[in-house]
Amino acid sequence: MQGNEACAEGAMTAGCRFYAGYPITPASEIAERMALRLPQLGGLVVQMEDEMASLGAVIGASWTGAKAMTATSGPGFSLMQELIGYAFMSETPCVIVDVQRAGPSTGQATKCGQGDVMQARWGTHSDYASIVLAPNSVQELFDLTIRAFNLAETFRTPVVVLSDEITSHMHESIAIPRLEKIEIVNRRKPSPKDNRFFMLEEVAPMPSVGEGFNVAVTGSTHDETGRRFTADPVVHQRLVKTLVEKIMNNVDKIVDYEAYNIESCDVGVVSFGCTSRAVFETVELAKEKGTKVGFVRLKTLWPFPEKIVREMAQNAKAVVVPELNMRELFYEVDRAVHGAAPVIPVNKVGGGEMITPEELLAKTLRSVK
Amino acid sequence: MAEPFNMKRYLRPDLTLPFCVGCGCVNVMSSFLRAAHELGHKDLSKFVFCSGIGCSAWIPSPYIMADSLHVVHGRSIPVAMGVKLMRPDLNVVVFGGDGDIAGIGLSHLIHAARRNLNIMVVMVNNMIYGMTGGQVAPTTPFGAKTTTTPYGNFEYPLDATRLVVAAGASYAARWTTAHGEQLTESMKKALGTKGFAFIEAVSPCPTAFGRRAGFRDIAEMLRWFQDSSIPLEQASKLTEKELVNKIVVGEYVSREVPTLTDNIYKTLKEAEKIA
Repeated sequence: MQGNEACAEGAMTAGCRFYAGYPITPASEIAERMALRLPQLGGLVVQMEDEMASLGAVIGASWTGAKAMTATSGPGFSLMQELIGYAFMSETPCVIVDVQRAGPSTGQATKCGQGDVMQARWGTHSDYASIVLAPNSVQELFDLTIRAFNLAETFRTPVVVLSDEITSHMHESIAIPRLEKIEIVNRRKPSPKDNRFFMLEEVAPMPSVGEGFNVAVTGSTHDETGRRFTADPVVHQRLVKTLVEKIMNNVDKIVDYEAYNIESCDVGVVSFGCTSRAVFETVELAKEKGTKVGFVRLKTLWPFPEKIVREMAQNAKAVVVPELNMRELFYEVDRAVHGAAPVIPVNKVGGGEMITPEELLAKTLRSVK
Repeated sequence: MAEPFNMKRYLRPDLTLPFCVGCGCVNVMSSFLRAAHELGHKDLSKFVFCSGIGCSAWIPSPYIMADSLHVVHGRSIPVAMGVKLMRPDLNVVVFGGDGDIAGIGLSHLIHAARRNLNIMVVMVNNMIYGMTGGQVAPTTPFGAKTTTTPYGNFEYPLDATRLVVAAGASYAARWTTAHGEQLTESMKKALGTKGFAFIEAVSPCPTAFGRRAGFRDIAEMLRWFQDSSIPLEQASKLTEKELVNKIVVGEYVSREVPTLTDNIYKTLKEAEKIA
């Protein structure tokens, strides 16, 4: 199965019943797969006039109680940022898939990039917390898309699946577990007498429209009942703090990674997405040369799994961060390592070229010389 | 005998309307609610309101006692589409200003009309960006002085009503708030329309537009609406030059065409056969 197809299948398995999108390379196969398969399950797929409309329709559908998703690539992801902020502020669960390509701007539409790491964290204006998952295989495009829906429903927040052209366009075999073995989270609904639908630390229950709750949803500053407060400093601070903390107080439940040799390694590598696939071979090649390489492979980029990265750095002489951009994750790793070891960036952009295991090996060995 | 219309019945208690003295938003709100009342809606539990950013976006949110989604600038129609597609049984109504609907959100308006998305859109056209203090809008009359055209507007205004008719709307009408009865009647027709229904309510903004455009008070603005309004039937006899900065009022289209939800759920039946 192709990565984009696995993502679509994961979404449908998670219970997604509404998809709205706008064509863009290299994400279009997600829309095409959804358009073919989702109506067979009774769900709806619409192609909107642009990416703002796509995420707008997803947000509208989410407030009817449906699990809803859109998918795009960098240029479309840029256009969606305002509505990502709205989804965060209004606590609207939804999933946004960004299949990264080489940018900025139109860049190289068919070629892989990993330059949206920081945009996925900070893309919308002002203060918020993001949940961003980073698959590195077709299997994980299936698994992590399901997890994205589960996290979106648990925390009532937009969740980004940050894939890349290579991972999404690969064909690999995947194992789809029996449905009853897959964890599916559904949103918590209010009881008939509830009137507090927002801004609760424990994540407020979410009514749907048409259920008689007379719910007032807004992207303006509001209190628990949805009433607008456009100038009150106390309400605003309480709102933003609660929305950020409902995610940041649960970092341990959200972060996910694979870690190898972190207790005793000469040098550590932190990587994600397609680039992380080369690291496994680098670890083997380095072993032949007598160097032990530790490896943290991030499955969540945000919240950043800083504890495990710091732990590895404390045991290593250097930490290497390979990525297909001009340094993005590097800065976050550097912040987490906090001087425990030098952090060395390995970067490449354009043409769809990956960082090869040999290139990475050379940089890795040099870092501990 | 039918109960008399009481606007308060449809509003959340303990909230004061936020509009300036003389603002047409109150008239548009009252026209809409009166239309709902006259059609027999005792409450608005079968309605969902969507609005973007601007003074008129505050007509439903949060004042009207119903579900309302107050979203980002320009995107109320796509959000309304997501709601309507998943809940075709609900009446979905968008309120927005000319900046929201015909400026930043214009493409969504055209596409909603093209799709015959079965929602109702009320565009409150005050010819200005009122909430931000009176900047020129795509609907500002040629020559008008605004804060960003202090020497007069050098662009031509957009005719949103004719645009949605061309794009495929099922119902479209334009009135000013000086045409209270006709506006309410059109609201009723729009609510009864099966497809995309569009109401343009030309509405006075004495604070951000009238003041700078040289109107002394709200009465003068309403007189201007009356004097410059031309019924649609008469407009066809006038030249383009004679129609500059005139407000052509009336019902532009009323037709029955299969709606987006009819059409999309039909394709769903095809897909279910294959599944």
